[in-house]
Amino acid sequence: MPCLIQGLGCNSLENLLEIKDLRVSFPTDDGDVHAVDNLSLSLKAGETVAIVGESGSGKTVTSLSVMGLHNLRSAKLSGSILIADGDGTVDVVSDDQEKVRNLRGRVVSMIFQDPMSSLHPYFKIGNQLAEGYLVHNPGKKAEAKARAIEMLDLVGIPEPDKRVNDFPHQFSGGMRQRVMIAMALMNTPKILIADEPTTALDVTVQAQILTLMQKIQKEFNMGILLITHDLGVVAQVADRVSVMYAGNIVEQGSAEDIFYRPMAPYTVGLLQSVPKISYGKKERLISIGGQPPSLINLPSGCAFAPRCTYIKSAPAGSCDASLPNLTGVTAGHVSRCHIPEAQRPAIFAHNQERAN
Amino acid sequence: MFTFVSRRLFYAAITLLIVSMAVYAIFALLPFDPAALTCGQHCNKIVIEANRHRLGYDKSIWDQYWLFLHGIFAGRNYGTGSIAFNCPAPALGYSYNENKCVTQMLADTLPITLNLAIGALILWLIIGVGLGIIAARFKGRWPDTASTIFVLLGTSLPVFVTGLFLLIWITIRWNIIPLNLSGYVSLFSNPFGYLQYFILPWITLAISFAALYTRFTRASILETLGEDYIRTARAKGLSEKKVLRIHTFRAALAPIVTMASLDFAGLIGGAILTETIFNLPGVGQLTLRSVYEFDLPVVVATTILAAGVVIIMNLIVDMFYAVLDPRVRL
Repeated sequence: MPCLIQGLGCNSLENLLEIKDLRVSFPTDDGDVHAVDNLSLSLKAGETVAIVGESGSGKTVTSLSVMGLHNLRSAKLSGSILIADGDGTVDVVSDDQEKVRNLRGRVVSMIFQDPMSSLHPYFKIGNQLAEGYLVHNPGKKAEAKARAIEMLDLVGIPEPDKRVNDFPHQFSGGMRQRVMIAMALMNTPKILIADEPTTALDVTVQAQILTLMQKIQKEFNMGILLITHDLGVVAQVADRVSVMYAGNIVEQGSAEDIFYRPMAPYTVGLLQSVPKISYGKKERLISIGGQPPSLINLPSGCAFAPRCTYIKSAPAGSCDASLPNLTGVTAGHVSRCHIPEAQRPAIFAHNQERAN
Repeated sequence: MFTFVSRRLFYAAITLLIVSMAVYAIFALLPFDPAALTCGQHCNKIVIEANRHRLGYDKSIWDQYWLFLHGIFAGRNYGTGSIAFNCPAPALGYSYNENKCVTQMLADTLPITLNLAIGALILWLIIGVGLGIIAARFKGRWPDTASTIFVLLGTSLPVFVTGLFLLIWITIRWNIIPLNLSGYVSLFSNPFGYLQYFILPWITLAISFAALYTRFTRASILETLGEDYIRTARAKGLSEKKVLRIHTFRAALAPIVTMASLDFAGLIGGAILTETIFNLPGVGQLTLRSVYEFDLPVVVATTILAAGVVIIMNLIVDMFYAVLDPRVRL
């Protein structure tokens, strides 16, 4: 299998997940909503890949695509999402739905943003956990129950043998997210997709959940695909980062690359908008001007161009003419921008000084 | 659970008491002389006064109400000597027009209305909920569209149109079910006769209710399918069938039970149109007749009965919710 992203040094056998040229669009009466456009991504065992971007940039649509959870009557998918399952691979986009369903919960699991509404209010959590095990191991009820208790213990629920008989409303938000993680781990999946797992939690609990996820990742050697808009979370756990804007990846690289050597204007803008504790009283929070574009009528050319402060530094007219390719000079660090890569650090630094 | 039920029963009793007071007060305040209503056009003062005394209308409103309540538990005697009339407990009053105890009149009519309402309820739940599930399952495809046609027809055709239509075609033109049967027969003594007696009224009621329930069920299921916990269920790898059967229905059907219980209670209070079209001597017809004839004790009793059924159905629904939803454990 060819390598997806030049220079990443990827090897299809190493990768648990390979997304290639994924496009997702939702036909509506007003036209197609292009939620994800030409996205390529890979995930290895034991690695955490973060997808960051603002609301509506296509992060969640991407993660639901990997799970095969889109309603195929309302979503159009193309490209491929290859998931390693034992010796073979399954393509979530083109393979049989039943095959994809068989992957869910067993090879790929997902934890969701809002633990308060993601657990069924009518069923005991023990049964909800066991159910996930029983789908893939039919008939092994006692085993499923034992496994549920074991997993609750693993995620740090005290007295798991008693709490299995509790209902979701008897747990706090943080505890429920632990239950969700336990549920995702029932079949020891190789890939864990975490869609904003800490967004609905308060900050101290956020840290606990992130630590827990890292601990579990080590224990199971899982690949984690982390969807978030919280750069603090990314900095804490991610090995590699993909920055998304309007359905496109605008920059992809190691966490260090993204934080210390951002190459796309949007990434620079995102990093500048993070409030700093050293801010004085008179300093204002920096934000990226303008609004994200409508995904129905994407601007021709670079989707970020209308909001880009560096547009004058690019060759005249290039930003409106075409979407720049995802290219990079350093291994594994690619970005989309018409400004010649060699000039970017200086231009970004100059602007940053002016902003400060 | 026990404390919940006993507490709710207590509240139900209080509510019924207040309802009975209110109904009693309304009729006491009406500009009718209940004693004058007891004798027809050829009437004189002596008869009126005699009746007034015999029926207790000469007492104060509080005494009358007390006698009414007392009668429910202990039975009641009207008049003395040769004109004495006794209504055994639970006595809800005495209908002068019919010379019968109101309790007896309710006992005669209630079984018919109950049979009508229960049969119709079962039928419309099967049709309505069934079609609703199918419509939700195949949203936007032909079964959904077909159900919309049914819903449009069912909601826009009033009971007196469907009822008369059925009566004219099934009974009169096609003679499938003979007209004017020997009257109400119980299900156990003559199942076939029972079915013949009730099937058309059932269908009539069921069509109009089923249409509403189809729409409601469809909406409720689609709403539940959009819940986060349904996405979680799918993410576990559950088949779509299991997602629907185990995770969706239980949550989606709860509001339907509430709606059904209140509609059912409403029918017990009087399916007046249906009972009139098919000439079923049920509670609805009794209410209608007593209103026409100013037979006040009967109106009071049927009103309290209707309120009582609503209260009881609410109690049942609350208990049902407690069983269904662990968050309302009692």
